Amino acid sequence: MEQKNNALTARFKQLRLSFYLLNRNLLTRIALIVVMLLIVLAVVSPLVVPYPKHIEEETNPAEKLLPPSSRYFFGTDELGRDIFSRVLYGTRISLQTALIAVGLALLIGVPLGAIAGTIGGFVDEFIMRITDIFLSFPPLLLAIAISAILGPNLSNAMLSIAISWWPWYARLIRGQAISIKQRQFVRAANAIGTPMHQIISQHIVPNCIAPVIVQASMDIGGVILTIASLSFLGLGAQAPIPEWGLMVSTSRNYFLNAWWYSIFPGLAIFVTVLAFNLLGDGLREILDPKTRKL
Amino acid sequence: MSNFFEINNLQVGFKTFEGEKPVLDIEHLAIQRGETYGIVGESGSGKTVLALAIQKLLPDKTTIVSPKSEIRFDGVNLLNLTEKEIRNYRGTRIAMIFQDPMSTLNPVFTVGHQIIRVIRTHNKISKKEAEREALRLVELVRLPDAANILSKYPHELSGGQRQRIIIAIALSCKAEFLIADEPTRNLDVTIQAGVLKLIAELQRDLDITVLYLANNLGLVATLCDRIGILYEGKIVENGLVRDVLDHPKHEYTQKLLRLSGSKSGIKHNSGGGDNA
Amino acid sequence: MKSFIFKRLLLGIAVLFGVVVITFFLTRIIPSNPAAKWVGPRATPEQIKQATIELGLDQPKHIQFLRYLKDVLRGDFGRSLRSHQPITEEIKKYAPATLELVLLATVFAVFAGIPLGVISAKRKDSWIDHLSRFFSVGAVSLPTFWVGLFLQLIFYRSLGWLPLGDQLGTEIKLLYEIPHVTGLLMLDSLLTGRWIIFKDALVHIILPCITISLYPIGLVARMTRSALLEILGEDYITAARSYGLKERVVLWSYALRNSLGPTSTVVTLSIGYTLVNTFLVEAIFSWPGIGTYISTAVTGLDYPAIMGVTVFSAVAYVILNLISDIIIAMDPRVRV
Repeated sequence: MEQKNNALTARFKQLRLSFYLLNRNLLTRIALIVVMLLIVLAVVSPLVVPYPKHIEEETNPAEKLLPPSSRYFFGTDELGRDIFSRVLYGTRISLQTALIAVGLALLIGVPLGAIAGTIGGFVDEFIMRITDIFLSFPPLLLAIAISAILGPNLSNAMLSIAISWWPWYARLIRGQAISIKQRQFVRAANAIGTPMHQIISQHIVPNCIAPVIVQASMDIGGVILTIASLSFLGLGAQAPIPEWGLMVSTSRNYFLNAWWYSIFPGLAIFVTVLAFNLLGDGLREILDPKTRKL
Repeated sequence: MSNFFEINNLQVGFKTFEGEKPVLDIEHLAIQRGETYGIVGESGSGKTVLALAIQKLLPDKTTIVSPKSEIRFDGVNLLNLTEKEIRNYRGTRIAMIFQDPMSTLNPVFTVGHQIIRVIRTHNKISKKEAEREALRLVELVRLPDAANILSKYPHELSGGQRQRIIIAIALSCKAEFLIADEPTRNLDVTIQAGVLKLIAELQRDLDITVLYLANNLGLVATLCDRIGILYEGKIVENGLVRDVLDHPKHEYTQKLLRLSGSKSGIKHNSGGGDNA
Repeated sequence: MKSFIFKRLLLGIAVLFGVVVITFFLTRIIPSNPAAKWVGPRATPEQIKQATIELGLDQPKHIQFLRYLKDVLRGDFGRSLRSHQPITEEIKKYAPATLELVLLATVFAVFAGIPLGVISAKRKDSWIDHLSRFFSVGAVSLPTFWVGLFLQLIFYRSLGWLPLGDQLGTEIKLLYEIPHVTGLLMLDSLLTGRWIIFKDALVHIILPCITISLYPIGLVARMTRSALLEILGEDYITAARSYGLKERVVLWSYALRNSLGPTSTVVTLSIGYTLVNTFLVEAIFSWPGIGTYISTAVTGLDYPAIMGVTVFSAVAYVILNLISDIIIAMDPRVRV
């Protein structure tokens, strides 16, 4: 009981230290603030946007393709909807889908990788070859193919991303598992006859999940970009969902005369992905003792 | 007459997590032109740090050199020079033989390329002439099959071969002041003798000043005119070889003498046999 | 060394086989009605029935797979639903334009990214370093398709300096005969000395090239910087300086050469990303390449075409990685 308490306080201290280090770099600090803002936005956007009905339900053909003004900050689209509201709400969609996609990828990848690493031998080889095969597709292409076959909609896009992404996590956790399984407490558990699935789930995974979680959070930026790209091609979100990639895609028909339609959703993608990537970079710098300054 | 080479109040420390760790604290050291001076100290006593400090090659971020420190070379305080100014000294006037040839040779270039590059940095000669000079140097350090060796990469050579290449590169600089950081560490005794003889010859011919850094008292004593004992960053003993060996003042020196088998094992190059 | 190449080759073949297996699953097993997918959303029941027989879907699964494998090995991906042409032919027609773009963008990325990384490493923590690091992260965060539109708005719409899209202007296409030696337009026009065509092609390729190269520039600059930072702390760099070598030489020759290993790996990795980014961007620039082809295929739900391009790209990607792995391992100068 005492030990568990100490472990908790040690972890807490580590967290505080990480937070402090994270804050030192100006860029990372800004990124952290932006990310938190985005998360807040994602949660509250339905409540704060100026034209909530424009998000999906209503259209406003009379005021289509208006340039930015005090009434419509980002202008209106071809159906007269307020782009500002839709872009803000898009935060929610992007973050949500990215989280689900990554979560799914972890759900597939972590068990497979942990099993591969712990059991080793033929099972390991087999699973690793499978990851090799999945990783040999150029990124995004597999997601495109799967989305196309399953049918173009947002859920399938999330699924296809998960299917493309899981090999990375499987590999990561396999490496961790291999080094963890040598340790005392694992051997002890094995010696007293703990069943394998229990060893994996209770001993191995909790101890090496941390780097995977970190990697996953660093990947969120990339996943958001992937979802936007899929939607841009027509494979992800379908109208009238206000997904950023889809908005840029639709804007192409009008963009020479309605620049605001293409620019703002794309800018949203950029800023979001940038913030997550910068944060991820900051995280990586903390975790890698080599680059850590005194 | 001012000293050719002089160190005053050299204080060097490492920046670590727990603060500053002192590494060197040398009050005074003087070397005359044409002299052979030896510094004896065990591994980790700061010999290499001293060597790097002289050429201002200590990493900025992790080392601190106290502003009072002075390293005077031919009257100029090297530590006050800018990076650009000290480059005029490196190689041209002060050259260094490094201790670990594996890590100080660039792994992706052939050794021939590396020698030739240094030669051509200091001499405006054609590639062909530089190649010939490289061959000459390689033979000088007793490496057989010189032409073949030049085309090899560092990882293809043995430790001893690499060491001799490092020596050849340093010698190619033809500098007035040679710092030799344990130059014969990995070499067989016979080759060792040959290389040391070579350095001694060059010294006579070209009137170069040599600073030997070693952990072997016996070796240093036979080669040098004067020696200093480096212990925990400080020079604890200093003087003519004969004096230091006969009348060691510091207990560390005495310990060293005892461990290296007393004076009887140490021949001084100006004397000869007064050992029974 | 030889055993490494052999093992790598074997792995490559196994992976290719796996790729075929996966695409087989995607085209035949997973869809609830593969035949319907094959003939498209607007098919009649008779067409579906005929497709079922044609595709051999009434056969047991392993026979289907063998047939599929045979077709793929022969390069037969079936016909496009839209154009009814053999997909392989269409891929061959569109590939060179994409290849040209990918190659040019990658070369540009290398020549722009490496110096950026070197300067960044040399002046670590200066404003240049921070700016270039920000740029690197920014470059990989940009949605490529958005950049394309953005550049078009500026350089075509506002400034009128550069054309909107396509490889060549309409006038040129009407007035001149397009040279055809390698299929790479700029190379061909150079080889045949047709300067007017070359100039026009150059003007047209600038925007797409810049758009696509941003991502790999970011990757290359970042990798070069981190590799170089590590290298600059090595003893042989200190030794080189001690021998009096000029700093310029130390940095751009001695240090850089050591960083080529990891940089090459990153460049190869980036080609995969570049390829797919090209797909996204081609439609925007009306570039007559595979990207436009696949975009149209996706919009029209032309499944055979989509799968054909996927298999083709995957195979090309695997082979490319194989070749680059082997080349990198063979060169003693590039430290792996």
